[in-house]
Amino acid sequence: MATDRIAAIVGVAESDLGKTPGKNVLQLQAQAAKLALEDAGLEKQDIDAVFTAGNWAWAPNLMLAEYLGIQPKYTDSTNIGGSSFEAHVGHAAAGIKAGLFEVALITYGSTNRTNPSNSQFKSPLTAQYELPYGLPTPVGAYALAAMRHMHQYGTTSEQLAEIAVATRKWATLNEKAYMKEEITIEDVLNSRKIAEPLNLLDCCLVSDGGGAVIVASKEVATKLPKKPVWILGHGESHSHNTITNMPDFTVTSARESGKRAFEMAGITQAEIDVAEIYDSFTITVLLTLEALGFCKHGEGGAFVSGQRTAPGGDFPMNTNGGGLSYCHPGMYGIFLLIEAARQLRGECGSRQVENASLALVHGTGGVLSSTSTVILGRD
Amino acid sequence: MIRDLISAAIDEESKPYWDGLQEEKLFIQYCSDCKKSIFYPRTLCPHCFSDEISWQEALGTGTIYSFTTVHQASGPFKDETPFVVGVVELDEGVRMMTRILGEKDQIAIDKKVAVVFKKIADDFVLPYFEVI
Repeated sequence: MATDRIAAIVGVAESDLGKTPGKNVLQLQAQAAKLALEDAGLEKQDIDAVFTAGNWAWAPNLMLAEYLGIQPKYTDSTNIGGSSFEAHVGHAAAGIKAGLFEVALITYGSTNRTNPSNSQFKSPLTAQYELPYGLPTPVGAYALAAMRHMHQYGTTSEQLAEIAVATRKWATLNEKAYMKEEITIEDVLNSRKIAEPLNLLDCCLVSDGGGAVIVASKEVATKLPKKPVWILGHGESHSHNTITNMPDFTVTSARESGKRAFEMAGITQAEIDVAEIYDSFTITVLLTLEALGFCKHGEGGAFVSGQRTAPGGDFPMNTNGGGLSYCHPGMYGIFLLIEAARQLRGECGSRQVENASLALVHGTGGVLSSTSTVILGRD
Repeated sequence: MIRDLISAAIDEESKPYWDGLQEEKLFIQYCSDCKKSIFYPRTLCPHCFSDEISWQEALGTGTIYSFTTVHQASGPFKDETPFVVGVVELDEGVRMMTRILGEKDQIAIDKKVAVVFKKIADDFVLPYFEVI
């Protein structure tokens, strides 16, 4: 590996997940932040940079940092949807490389299930050209992409269902997963139609929950009790906001963010031991695998067939049970990072991927709009 | 009701588009510098950043780029299901979201479509497309 060790993930934690009635988004983030600091072996006063993203306040960083009693010297509230937290990790590594701070706290919290935040804006601006047609968001946009992929490449609903079934198998191995009953391809195909070709079991859960990730400089990371999870590569991009303006409905900007992350890390796709790939919908995963170069464009359906991504398959993916079966509180990206760090530390018990030393984490936000890729590794 | 979703967004930039629909005309924009069509309305060309932009009436024909039959919708659309939302590529080269009308077995990607002006309310017309 060509990359210098500059910054690492040193602490990760979830808050309560699933249904958390009575808890607000600040409580969930505080809970996760405290647990992540304990996991890292750091104290609150060690934090000198704060990252969060959400639509629960006009300036979420101000509210969160005040609530936690932190006055950071660096702050970043980049919000590009569900991939925000992969972007935060990249930005934190860049900031550490530039010598701007030593320890960054990245958090997310959502009560999407019990008390959804109402992000009504006064004017929908450019969304005015889509809103009057009644497309359910975001599922309808992903359905449009799936239809186009099926048309161009002959991808089938059975192939999409393979992803949901494999991901559920991982969930049965994670005590924190919300859905733990095994499902079959038939179950996915027979589940309620939402927006064709996507059925209910092609769609992620709607959960409450929060998470926290601590990123630290090499100097800090190498003095801590747990082994550092090095940030080896990062890339980010966004290609559109409204689905109508996605340049090609079958190609996400993972093509660009993934390419840069692999180049920075100096590794290839074949070297990845475990992949945590945003699964808002089954089609999200399929398009991402292609755009990241794990297979050719149009071959994603064949790639995931035969339960290849399930426990025991040769491409371990979404090992916590994913947004499809573990939890999905709106902007899921932080949970991908948490699971990848745990896999690289060997903390995953019955779902542990043996000898995992390189992990790929990939967030997708909006309506296939934004992507951010992070490559992590252990010594 | 549906117009309420977007009425706050109708401003000087988008008004010519919405006003055109009232007269059953589909207006898009055209950049006289790079000669490309533009949709949605903007004050700068997203291709070349020119501000030499004018309105032109679209031919009103195009092809289906993608579509989905919606079975679960919310708000004012809740009771309309199932309905078909599509993205149409106009012959001028721009895409727009729309509703696709026609028999289900006639609706397919790459099928030719033409605009039909659907009166949603007295002061609100939307460009739907039907298979031709």
